[in-house]
Amino acid sequence: MNPQERMKIARHPVPTRAPESRIRCFEEVALGYDEATAREEAMRCIQCRKPACVEGCPVAIDIPGFIREIVAGNIASAAAIIKRTNSLPSICGRVCPQETQCEQKCVIGRKGKPVAIGALERFVADCDRQYGLTKPDVSVKPTGKKVAIVGSGPAGLTAAGTLAQLGHEVTIFEAFHKPGGVLVYGIPEFRLPKQIVREEVSTLERLGVQFELNVLIGRTLTIDEILGTEYSAVFLAPGAGVPQFMNIPGENLNGVCSANEFLTRVNLMKAYLFPEYETPVYCGKRVAVIGGGNTAMDAARTALRLGPEKVYIVYRRSEKEMPARLEEVEHAKEEGIEFLCLTAPIAYYGDSRGWVSEMECIKMELSEPDESGRRRPVPIPGSNHRISVDTVIVAIGAKTNDLIVKTTGGLSVAKKGYLLVDPQTQMTARPGIFAGGDIAGGEATVIAAMGQGRVAAHSIHRYVMEQ
Amino acid sequence: MPNEVLEKRELAPRTHYLRVEAPLVASHAQPGQFIILRLHEKGERIPLTIADSDPVEGSITLIVQEIGGTTKQIAALRAGDHVSDVLGPLGTPSEIENFGTVVLLGGGFGIAAIHPIAKKLRAIGNRVISILGARTKELLILEKEMRAASHEVIIVTDDGSYGRQGLVIDPLKEMIAQGTRIDRVVAIGPLPMMRAVAELTRPYGIRTVVSLNPVMVDGTGMCGGCRVSVGEATRFACVDGPEFDAHLVNFDELVSRTQMYRDFERFHLCKLEEKLSSTSVPEGAVNK
Repeated sequence: MNPQERMKIARHPVPTRAPESRIRCFEEVALGYDEATAREEAMRCIQCRKPACVEGCPVAIDIPGFIREIVAGNIASAAAIIKRTNSLPSICGRVCPQETQCEQKCVIGRKGKPVAIGALERFVADCDRQYGLTKPDVSVKPTGKKVAIVGSGPAGLTAAGTLAQLGHEVTIFEAFHKPGGVLVYGIPEFRLPKQIVREEVSTLERLGVQFELNVLIGRTLTIDEILGTEYSAVFLAPGAGVPQFMNIPGENLNGVCSANEFLTRVNLMKAYLFPEYETPVYCGKRVAVIGGGNTAMDAARTALRLGPEKVYIVYRRSEKEMPARLEEVEHAKEEGIEFLCLTAPIAYYGDSRGWVSEMECIKMELSEPDESGRRRPVPIPGSNHRISVDTVIVAIGAKTNDLIVKTTGGLSVAKKGYLLVDPQTQMTARPGIFAGGDIAGGEATVIAAMGQGRVAAHSIHRYVMEQ
Repeated sequence: MPNEVLEKRELAPRTHYLRVEAPLVASHAQPGQFIILRLHEKGERIPLTIADSDPVEGSITLIVQEIGGTTKQIAALRAGDHVSDVLGPLGTPSEIENFGTVVLLGGGFGIAAIHPIAKKLRAIGNRVISILGARTKELLILEKEMRAASHEVIIVTDDGSYGRQGLVIDPLKEMIAQGTRIDRVVAIGPLPMMRAVAELTRPYGIRTVVSLNPVMVDGTGMCGGCRVSVGEATRFACVDGPEFDAHLVNFDELVSRTQMYRDFERFHLCKLEEKLSSTSVPEGAVNK
């Protein structure tokens, strides 16, 4: 088949569970390709000699390489190629914002729709999980060095996998009772089945990685206690920390909570199965989710599955500026979530019992781009209006938690409390301490955190081998 | 790493003493801190004050009052049982210096929370006066321990069955009226009691600290469920607290926020009681 013929094949949509059935359950929404569809989609790749897609991938997966193997029917080789640079492909295939990364750069996308790289990655990774196509290399010679990792989210898991494969003894300290970080408390089951996270964790355990749960570094143990004694290096990947609120009147009324709280109750604590699972979650009849990122979409779609009459997304810019993954926005709309864009809450009002009953919003218009490059929203005077709500979920991002900085000597902090790191090595101001993920540069994606975890792991390897 | 229950006894009706294995918590705990406990795979995470810690044995002491579903299950634990998860020590430790004379007020099982604070305050040279309140004599806990940790102990019961009759703030009121020099007040107990202490000391400008126990999930600053208005700011009790300046706490809001999950808690308790009362029914048959 020549490139012209390949380019004539239309992109294959990923089958999804029908909106009317999925909004009442937590089953995964996107169902993934079968082998025939995957192969046909893989045929659309014209195998560019200088593949732009690879530049768009934060972990530089050899994309044309693995797609070529799908076409040839060698799924095991495809999986091996992906795993060379991405240790969690079944997760990335589901949660990466491909439309702003690999698929945005895809040449096919200039004229038509780009190759569905994300869906293909997921297909390969799922086959690998199901049939055990690749085996972790457990034959590596131990170095005798011990490395501590703080946090078991995407950055921590990636660093752990990489370091273990290099022969180091790795311990991950996790504050929660379950490993996975944002993958288990934040991202809902219908977008990332927790079984996948469990499998990735057991793969790491087979590589010898130890998980120490219920350890909050800074309180249960401090870095100064463990670094230089038991451990030769530490990788800090504790995540984003503290949820932000808008500091507007009425925000502490009952019925108003952070997306972190709402999602943790439902995802990690399984509150949707209350009272069998003992953690409750309050979700009323009219829900407003404030924000336009992936967390906002996750909170809105999670809320919807708890059975309210109405769920709104309230976002101060226009839909075009929404940081959420395109697929999540589309899925949210299909499921019946109403988007109130260019709208911002300015106050909440409560009933006599202290529960939120109404929110006052103001309409916004976009002016010049701000430092983030997005057009800055400014309020339209006199556009105030009220919306009746009994549940508000605030999903406008997080601030850093300063616990580790306060309890560890020698770290430097950049703007907003992020840890200052050398971007080449992810090393902090203190030798032997490395950092990555949200703590080292602001909230980003799972894949960005993984990229930093990988870079950090290689610098840690160099560092400890020189010790 | 499950944590073994080393000792369990009833201190007073519906108030239980537990010593639980938790070596790293025990070796790092300071007065004023708490843990998050989860009993089992399906359990919720609840905050509990660390009433004492023994780094040598590697254990912590918890005093638990049966209020909701989880605390009811804790009440049913026996020595040798295990709890699935203990996370801690959490929260900012109590501010402890040589203040001079400190009056500690403990209401009900709040006495468990003031005990480690009293011990350390006394150890570094403060004069410690403790006022312990309970509804009735048999509900008074840790009297012996508090006597050992204080220079003076005053006991107050609602019904006068032990010590003097009245409210836990009455002796404090008198001390202030008599012009007793008080450099600091620490009050831990039910919200109405802490609020009454705050109102009492406010006009005299006596530095007063209360320890708050709002709704929490993670206990590490991540969820914000425990937010409290303190002065102009919203603070998180789990990381900024649990102790705050009593004169700045918005108690109205706090009372309302602690009600947020009350209905769910009642429901959970009912379900649990149904389950407990039907123990003769074979497992699996309950939901049919």
